[in-house]
Amino acid sequence: MSVVYEKSKGLTDVKLHYCPGCAHGIVHKLLAECLEEMSETENAIACVPVGCAVMANKYFNFDAIQCAHGRAPATATGIKRVDPSKIVITYQGDGDLASIGTCEIVHAAARGEKITTIFINNGIYGMTGGQMAPTTLPGMKATTAKHGRDVKVQGNPIRVSEMLATLDGPVYIERVSVTTPGQVAQAKKAIMKALKVQKEGLGFGFVEVVSSCPTNWGLTAVKAMEYVKEKMIPYYPLGVFKDLTGEGK
Amino acid sequence: MAKGKVTIDENYCKGCELCVSVCPKKVLKLSETRINEAGYNPAEVVNDDCIACTSCARMCPDSAITVEKID
Ligand SMILES: Cc1ncc(C[n+]2csc(CCOP(=O)(O)OP(=O)(O)O)c2C)c(N)n1
Ligand code: SF4
Ligand code: SF4
Ligand code: SF4
Ligand SMILES: [Mg+2]
Repeated sequence: MSVVYEKSKGLTDVKLHYCPGCAHGIVHKLLAECLEEMSETENAIACVPVGCAVMANKYFNFDAIQCAHGRAPATATGIKRVDPSKIVITYQGDGDLASIGTCEIVHAAARGEKITTIFINNGIYGMTGGQMAPTTLPGMKATTAKHGRDVKVQGNPIRVSEMLATLDGPVYIERVSVTTPGQVAQAKKAIMKALKVQKEGLGFGFVEVVSSCPTNWGLTAVKAMEYVKEKMIPYYPLGVFKDLTGEGK
Repeated sequence: MAKGKVTIDENYCKGCELCVSVCPKKVLKLSETRINEAGYNPAEVVNDDCIACTSCARMCPDSAITVEKID
């Protein structure tokens, strides 16, 4: 018998506090697996957000720092510029990155900081109980959009990957999801590529993961994945939005 | 086709059923009789049809599943 899949050594043994079936856990694994496969766990520093992933530092078996809300790209900029030999990652939710931290992510991307950002788009503020996020879909319910988001009142969602792809700074931008084992494999490839872009000193890499929040969406984990497929992905199409590595897809 | 064996670390399982939903061979099911220390019905193996495809383990947010291939 040979082991063909086991828990990544890039994760600690601490049990995740996330709700059953929350996609944060899937993405944590992918980051840990990539760093393990690159032999970079000893050299990585994750900048973790305010949001449900605030305690990701307990789960990552590599160094991590909890950042002020939305400011992970600024923290990461400082770390990377002080010690360019480190692999510096920001891991951020949509409230964190696309609302309170819009300034930091846009300018870090525009400056072309040599960091890697993993952006968890679950269309909601998970941690605080389901308020509307900049990414909440039109018509999607949130505690602060009781009858569903009305774009005439609450404005339109932001497609962050497309927006950042208009800037000259970023080298690699891809949007992925994790609703099927195939998508999980593609998401891992994207994270690996963004990390290699950093390791090779090429510049800023950004991977948006269209994710789930079963609890605040009021769905089971399996139904939440279907919601991602049927509602989220049509609005947030998957694919590569920028690739200056010359490798194509 | 390869034969496989999955082991579920029950106390990490949250009974989310993502593994159950992606298994092509219907090997997994949530237990109807047992609960783990956190109060969840853990996933369990219900037949010998595993092909070691690793789909269940890759979907598991809590890294509760190990997959072995029987050579
Ligand atoms: C300065 C500041 N403002 C507001 C909050 C409250 N707060 C905590 S988490 C959060 C949003 C989290 O949403 P998101 O980034 O989407 O992460 P998720 O929980 O969905 O993964 C907010 C507004 C805070 N902690 N600090
Ligand atoms: S509230 Fe939502 S995002 Fe937060 S752990 Fe639960 S399911 Fe995940
Ligand atoms: S490895 Fe594949 S066949 Fe075996 S239990 Fe998991 S999903 Fe089913
Ligand atoms: S995916 Fe993991 S946590 Fe969810 S039921 Fe299966 S073994 Fe349990
Ligand atoms: Mg969110």
